[in-house]
Amino acid sequence: MKYAFPLAAVLALILIALIGVQIPGMQYLFGVVVPYLAVALFLGGFCYRVYHWGKSPVPFKIPTTCGQQYSLPWIKQDKLEAPNNTSQVVARMVLEVLLFRSLWRNTKATVYDGPKLTYESSKWLWLFGIVFHYSFLVIIIRHLRLFLEPVPACVAWLETIDSLLQIGAPLMYITDVTIVLALLFLFLRRLSNPQVRYLSLANDYFPLFLLLAIVSTGILMRFFLRTNVDIEAIKQLALGLVTFHPTIVADISSLFYVHLFLVCVLLAYFPFSKLMHMGGVFLSPTRNMANDSRMRRHINPWNPPIKPHSYASYEDEFREDMVEQGIPVEKELAPQPGETA
Amino acid sequence: MYNGGKIITGLVIFVLLVTIPVWYNRGTTARSAPELVMPTNAKSCVLPAEEMRAKHMQLLNVWRDEVVRTGDTTSIVVEGKAYPKSLQLNCMECHTSKVNFCDKCHDYSSVTPYCWDCHIAPVE
Repeated sequence: MKYAFPLAAVLALILIALIGVQIPGMQYLFGVVVPYLAVALFLGGFCYRVYHWGKSPVPFKIPTTCGQQYSLPWIKQDKLEAPNNTSQVVARMVLEVLLFRSLWRNTKATVYDGPKLTYESSKWLWLFGIVFHYSFLVIIIRHLRLFLEPVPACVAWLETIDSLLQIGAPLMYITDVTIVLALLFLFLRRLSNPQVRYLSLANDYFPLFLLLAIVSTGILMRFFLRTNVDIEAIKQLALGLVTFHPTIVADISSLFYVHLFLVCVLLAYFPFSKLMHMGGVFLSPTRNMANDSRMRRHINPWNPPIKPHSYASYEDEFREDMVEQGIPVEKELAPQPGETA
Repeated sequence: MYNGGKIITGLVIFVLLVTIPVWYNRGTTARSAPELVMPTNAKSCVLPAEEMRAKHMQLLNVWRDEVVRTGDTTSIVVEGKAYPKSLQLNCMECHTSKVNFCDKCHDYSSVTPYCWDCHIAPVE
C-alpha cells in the first residue's frame, strides 16, 4: 500500500487547484505567483544540489568497468566499458545519457524448481524508460510554442513530425500515446514485480502519479474538455510570465490551472527528489571517472596534511630521552662542554 | 569544489537552456492576442462563438468524414437556416479571408491544420 499515500497526495493537489481557482482572484495566485515560485525553486534547488555534489570529495577512483581494461598492446581494450582517458569517458557518458546503456544490461533473476536460479536479459525497463524520457523531451520542446513568439521553425517541425499520423482533430500526438504507455508500464512494473514492489517507496510512486496526472490533464484539455481552453489566452499568460509582465486576460478553464499547478509542483519537487538524476547522471563517479588508477595517482582530498617523519628526525627529537633510557641510538649525543678532560 | 570549471559550465548551460523563453522574448512586452477580421455579412455562426473557438476543428473533421467518407452531404439546419457541411461553400462565405482570419490564431499558436493539403487556399 505504499502507493496509496502518493496517490492521495496527487489527488489532493488536483483538488487544491480545482477548488482554489474557483475563488475569485485566485487565478493570479495559480497562474502567476505559483509558477514563478516553482521555477525559482527548480533552478535554485537544482544549482544548489549540483554545487553541493561538486563540493563533495571523491576519496577513491571508483569507475565501474565491465570490459577489458587498458593493458598490454596485444590485448584488446574495451574502450567504452573500461575507458582510460577523457575522450573515452566522454563517449561512455554521452551514450549513457542519450541511450541509457546501463539499463540495456538489465537482467531478470528467476528461481525455478530444483532450485535453479537463472538470469535472463530484460530489456523492457530500458525500452519503456527511454520511450518515456524522449516522449517527455519532445513534449517539453513542443510546449515552447506557447512560450516563444514568433515560434521557431524547429518547434513547428517537431510538432509536425509528432502529429504525422494525422489522426483526429486536433491532431493526435504520437508522444502523448507513448508517454502514457511508458508511465503505465513503469507503474505496473513496480506493482507486478515482487522484488521491485518490495523496494518501491512513496517517493518512487509520487513522481509517476504526478506525471500521469500532468499528462492526463494535458490530453483532456487538448482532445476532450476543450471548453474555455483558449489557447490564445494561455499563450498570452505564458508570454507574460517569461517577459515578466504577467497578465491573465480571459477566463481559462480550471482544467488548465490544474495542469499548470501540477507542473509547478513537479518543478518545485524536482530538486528534492530522485528526479535529480537528471543532473546527477553527469556527476556519478562510477561513470565519469577514467579507469586509470594504475597510471595516475588519485589523491584522496580527505587526507589530512601529514608531514613525513623519518627515523633520523625522530631520533633527533628524542635522542636525549633515548640515551637516558638506555635505548641504542644511531648517532650519539654531542659531547657536553666540560665533560671531557 | 572539485572539477569546478566543468560543473559550473554545465550548470550555466543548463540554466541558459531552461531560460530560453526569457532571452528569446527579451525586450518585448506588448503581447496582445491576434486581432481577427470579423465577417460583415452575417451575425451568427453554426455554433456560438465560444464553442466555435473551442471546437471548430472537431466540427470540420466530423463534416469532412461525413461528406467525403460516408457521402452524407445533407445540410445542417441552425435556427431555420440550412448550412452546407463545407469549408469553402459555408465557412469561407463569411470568413472570406484565410490570411486575416484562420492564419491569425493558427500562426500565433503554431497550429498548421492540413485543410489546405486538399483545399485550394483563396488567392489573397
